[in-house]
Amino acid sequence: MTLGRFTPTQRLLHWLMAACIIAMLFIGVGMVSTVLPKYLTLVAIHKPLGIAILALALIRLALRLRYGAPPLPRDLPAPMKLGAQLSHYALYALMILMPLLGWGMLSAAAYPVVLFGAVRLPPILPQSDSLHTLLWSAHYLLAFVFFAIILLHVAAALFHALIRRDGVFETMAPLPRDRVAPAE
Amino acid sequence: MTQRSAIGSLIAIAAIVGGAALAFAYTAGWFSPDRLRPERYLAALQPSAGPALGHRRNHAKGICFTGVFSSNGAGAALSKAQLFTEGRYPVTGRFSLASADLAAADGSTRVRALAFRIVSPDGQEWRSGNISAPFFPVGTPDAFLDLLVSSGSEDPGAMPAFAARHPEIAAFGAWAKAAPWTGSYAEERYNGLNAFIFTDASGADHPVRWSLLPKDQPVDVSADELAKRSPNFLEQEIAERVSRGPVSWTMAVAMANQDDPIADPSKAWPDGRRTIEVGMLTVQQVEPEPDGPCREINFDPAVLPVGIRTSEDPFPAARSAVYAKSYDRRTAEASKYPATPAGAKR
Repeated sequence: MTLGRFTPTQRLLHWLMAACIIAMLFIGVGMVSTVLPKYLTLVAIHKPLGIAILALALIRLALRLRYGAPPLPRDLPAPMKLGAQLSHYALYALMILMPLLGWGMLSAAAYPVVLFGAVRLPPILPQSDSLHTLLWSAHYLLAFVFFAIILLHVAAALFHALIRRDGVFETMAPLPRDRVAPAE
Repeated sequence: MTQRSAIGSLIAIAAIVGGAALAFAYTAGWFSPDRLRPERYLAALQPSAGPALGHRRNHAKGICFTGVFSSNGAGAALSKAQLFTEGRYPVTGRFSLASADLAAADGSTRVRALAFRIVSPDGQEWRSGNISAPFFPVGTPDAFLDLLVSSGSEDPGAMPAFAARHPEIAAFGAWAKAAPWTGSYAEERYNGLNAFIFTDASGADHPVRWSLLPKDQPVDVSADELAKRSPNFLEQEIAERVSRGPVSWTMAVAMANQDDPIADPSKAWPDGRRTIEVGMLTVQQVEPEPDGPCREINFDPAVLPVGIRTSEDPFPAARSAVYAKSYDRRTAEASKYPATPAGAKR
């Protein structure tokens, strides 16, 4: 079955961002769990990496709007199609929202938002105890939601690749098509 | 596809997803109760009656000030931070007692503190907390947690056992017992204690510690005399003193010799280190904390301008992590600490 593929740029961004986002989530939960010196190192990576993900996510959203996505197989059950669509909306929303929440919560706490060296971002909110609390809580809770949706996404991708073998995984696979065995 | 290989594939998928979830939980520390989490420091700091909601989890009681840092330019030899070039830079700061107890009496709290935030025109910030003790009680964040837990323990054997594990505490005990007391925040010397690295314009690194030396002559007052004063006399005294005229400290930056301990703030560097006076910190106005300008500031010692960075001293990282957690907690409880205290006249 051939469904077409995402454009090479879309595939490149997908796998690059997959690595960045998974690293980001691990850095995030790891850094808040320790007072050891690696805390500062991890925070110093977390901030610029988050902004990089935000920039990449915006580029990716533009590419998605411009080039779209290959269709899902016609015989895919409706609930799975719906699940695929909703989870993709959620992933795009989180890729864009999480860095903004982080930037906003640092702003609301009157912390300087340092990317590296003298490069800083301006605050996007005034100092506010209630906003800080709201944004911090959202950033923290949504990190776990994000990771859960990524696990679901990985499970679904592997389900398509290994069990349904319906060509969906190949639409985003980094390998050239001729190296992927045909489904039937 | 055979049913058998489908089951094998499902098991593989479950293993991959489950393994990733376990790795995430491990990274988050869910399987590591011994990890030095910031929450453990807050729990250990907590007074028996519980934390003062809406307040800092340590140094709970304090008063805000604003003022100016007048740099004489000499610090530029050590650090390229703009605030060491000759000029005047705005300061927001806080005097406080080194106690987690909001009701701590000013006269009986041994360690006093001055925190500052200096902002330079390039937008860089230097935040720092400094205390009146000449060195820290212990040498590692791990030992500090042990100290907090042991000193808060009801077991009479806890502190002797701690002292056996960490004999360096004896030096601090001796200081606390013998050092003179003063009757004013203005007469204290405040020490940064932690070593930081200053980087000059040529890129050379200089491990340093800094201190704030009072311009006002310290007058010794006995501990017995201080214990008789009103529990808030330090706050009243500094507000009155500053209302009569600004109060200043000289900022002195000491450079480490080759073998000086960088990583251990429980060990003071011997006298005679090359020291540069880099400027003057002047307090011009004192304001109560509830609506004061320092309330919203976390004096996170890892907020540093380019030209200052942390050293192998592990405390600034630990303080940064714990202060952030304290800030998260107290801002979430802000309604418990009204901006204008109940019954206060405006």
